[in-house]
Amino acid sequence: MSDHPQSFWSKYIFSFDHKVIGIQYIVTGFVMAGIGALLSILIRLQIAWPGQPIEFLGKLFPEGMPGGYMMPEFYIALVTMHGTIMVFFFISYVLVSGFGNFLIPLQIGARDMAFPLLNMLSYWVGLVSALVMLGAFFVEGGAAASGWTAYPPLSALESAVPGSGMGQTLWLLSMALFIVSFTMGGLNYVATIFSMRAPGMSMMRMPLTVWSYFVAAILGLLAFPALTAGAVMLLFDRHLGTSFFLPAGLVVGGELVQAGGGSPLLWQHLFWFLGHPEVYVLLLPALGIAFDVLPAFTRKPVFGYRLSVYALIATGALGMIVWGHHMFVSGMSPFSGEYFSIATMLITIPMAIIGVNFLASLWGGRVIFKTPMLFALGVVAFFGTGGLGGLFLGNATADIQLHETYFVVGHFHFMIGGVTLMGTFTAIYFWFPKMFGRYMSEGLGRAHFWFTVAPFYTLFLGQHFLGLQGLTRRYYAWDSYQYVADALPTNVLLSVAAFVLVSGQVLFLGNFVWSIFRGRVAERNPWQATTLEWTTASPAPHGNFGEHIPVVHRWPYEYGIDAGGEDFADQSVAPDRAPVTA
Amino acid sequence: MSSESDGGQSVSKKKRGVEAEAVVALFALAGLVTAAYGSQDFFPELASRHGEGIDAMLNFVLACAGGMFLVGHLVLAWFIWKGAGRSRIEHRMATHTTERRISLALAVMMTLIAEGGVLMIGMPVWAEYYGSDGNAQAVAVRVTAQQFAWNIHYPGADGKWGRVDLQFLDDAENPLGLDPDDPASADDLVLVNNIYLPVERMARVKLFSRDVIHSFFLPNMRVKQDAVPGMSPEVRFFPTRTGDFELACTELCGMGHYRMQGMVHVLGAEEFEKWLADEEPFFGAAAVIGKADVQKKGNA
Repeated sequence: MSDHPQSFWSKYIFSFDHKVIGIQYIVTGFVMAGIGALLSILIRLQIAWPGQPIEFLGKLFPEGMPGGYMMPEFYIALVTMHGTIMVFFFISYVLVSGFGNFLIPLQIGARDMAFPLLNMLSYWVGLVSALVMLGAFFVEGGAAASGWTAYPPLSALESAVPGSGMGQTLWLLSMALFIVSFTMGGLNYVATIFSMRAPGMSMMRMPLTVWSYFVAAILGLLAFPALTAGAVMLLFDRHLGTSFFLPAGLVVGGELVQAGGGSPLLWQHLFWFLGHPEVYVLLLPALGIAFDVLPAFTRKPVFGYRLSVYALIATGALGMIVWGHHMFVSGMSPFSGEYFSIATMLITIPMAIIGVNFLASLWGGRVIFKTPMLFALGVVAFFGTGGLGGLFLGNATADIQLHETYFVVGHFHFMIGGVTLMGTFTAIYFWFPKMFGRYMSEGLGRAHFWFTVAPFYTLFLGQHFLGLQGLTRRYYAWDSYQYVADALPTNVLLSVAAFVLVSGQVLFLGNFVWSIFRGRVAERNPWQATTLEWTTASPAPHGNFGEHIPVVHRWPYEYGIDAGGEDFADQSVAPDRAPVTA
Repeated sequence: MSSESDGGQSVSKKKRGVEAEAVVALFALAGLVTAAYGSQDFFPELASRHGEGIDAMLNFVLACAGGMFLVGHLVLAWFIWKGAGRSRIEHRMATHTTERRISLALAVMMTLIAEGGVLMIGMPVWAEYYGSDGNAQAVAVRVTAQQFAWNIHYPGADGKWGRVDLQFLDDAENPLGLDPDDPASADDLVLVNNIYLPVERMARVKLFSRDVIHSFFLPNMRVKQDAVPGMSPEVRFFPTRTGDFELACTELCGMGHYRMQGMVHVLGAEEFEKWLADEEPFFGAAAVIGKADVQKKGNA
């Protein structure tokens, strides 16, 4: 554990403090989100108005959009990079690494992470990973263009697609670095939660947020290294002449490829062995956060704490064995397809429990309209919506028709995009006072809610219905396809919704920056919440808790009680001062 | 309701603001509008036998998931409406038994719908799609995908596939690499982007890829299968209607992915036999059918 830092550099830049590292991750993640969002605007422009030149964009991207016309290879590079950046460098950085770092020690009553130096390294490796990924835009051939799933041979052979040159190499290097960074962070999460809880903080007294990070970290540690191996193997295939993923007899661009004996499906297994657990790594923290934020604004405990804990664990366990539902039509054995289908449907049990517990947490409570509450309600609604979409895609038979259509795009935007986005904003508005000692503006926050949720529903529910019509994803244009001719006009409406959604985030950006300097000063416990971070000053000092670590006497949802004029008791309140109910 | 009343707090009323009404309306309308919009028929026109099963599967999930989506949103809106009107909570916690009962009962119900759908409706269709036997009456076609075209290969009258070897491969002249010295090749038919099939007869399409992964998607037939280099999966389906049906690639295969379009022409039985008889074999005439010609024919 470091001493109290003094200089600017050790305090704000190369800091060991988990709160500073968390905020570094959050800011980095938001910068990446801005880039990812701009890419999505270019994508939506092409989808709604294919072939329409936009002159000033031609000047901005002389190679990708000469004369303002978008090139097909630029379009698929945009799609690839939008997905990669949003999944790995926005949601993962802000929600998992950012808030995980910030919240875990504060909520379990620790002074820092178990390994502060490792924690700092995790951030800096993560930053290098993000920069390497962005660097791919500036190399010859442009950024990677084989989709965020990077299926070989497309991603293995330079001649297969322009982005499969240096851009793809950087993509793979960046992914390997990302996993190194995540592994350092994940180890820290697990070690910290196991060994550094405050006295009295038994596992079953941990807030659901901490539980969700705990499960997510274990999941990530078990699943992610598979793709590290995959990325290194693919780099070997690309540069050292191996054939892990390349069968014999490939002819690309009129040239016979010297390779043989490999299997393209092996990559898909390795990728989705990471890729599917990754969904839960991102999703679970959003759920945990919503569980912790809801009671502060309903003033009653969450419904079914214990079952929710078990459901999080069960989801994590099942999440490891369902990756093949991304591969139903890949050529994998149909028997495997049925297995993955049935296993996937089993996840319905824990996920439905969480959904029911969300709704029932509102039952009989008050509803206090504050910005974090609005976004937490968004988590609940989007989780239900996305979860129900999963019933279609986890079902191998239905997936034959829906695979690789816009139904999939709409579905994962609700889950890995929507639940997590709502969870991210819930967390930001809720914990901002603890980070910076100030409130964010309520008025701007609520406006931001409306500019986010309404267009989000329009855009991504709309994509579900396009998918039912068979609209194929990753298409530069569909003009020549008759069977989707009726569906295409909808894309104009969806693009407008996308532009509203992206521009609505300016409200957030402005609010965030303005509030750091000018926001109303926040007290210690602005939401009258019960978890340990609210027992210390706002912003939380270095070392988190003054001279003494708090002692925990109760579960984290002691709301709706009679505690001497208050209707809640934080976890450190002794039993003689307020009744202990769980 | 078996919840603890927690000291018998009385519920006090509170005036709801415009914002509460707006949030309630948001979630209720999201449910109602989506359910209304979603009750249309969205699927591309159906043209295959197993496709009926896939549509039944989809419709079952649509009805169940759509119903739960609607009910879930309405319940959420209702709870927000009620909660916004309270200045004190109505009850604090359900008993552990109630908690378990409520969340487990609903979760088990959802699971029965989900698993039941897969097992009762889905699996037989899956079995039909992958397990139907390719009987003697079936029409066999080989499709070799490449960036960015579908090469179609029929064995011809002898029913034997000519040998394919990379040494004969020539994008313009011999897109499959069909061996001219193999007697089995003599009557083979080779087309680009156009598949001809008879109606009411099983079609067996064996998929190959020469370069990257492609995917063979016939929206109207409810058929989708990746064409993976090094593998040769076969899809079997039974066209039930005559007409022209589109073929699209559904695995990102490079910059021309979006224009990797083909057409399946489903003909009446006699018409199909006539087509087979009239179509010139690949090596059968002096003028080899060039890729460009066939493409022209396909676009017409």
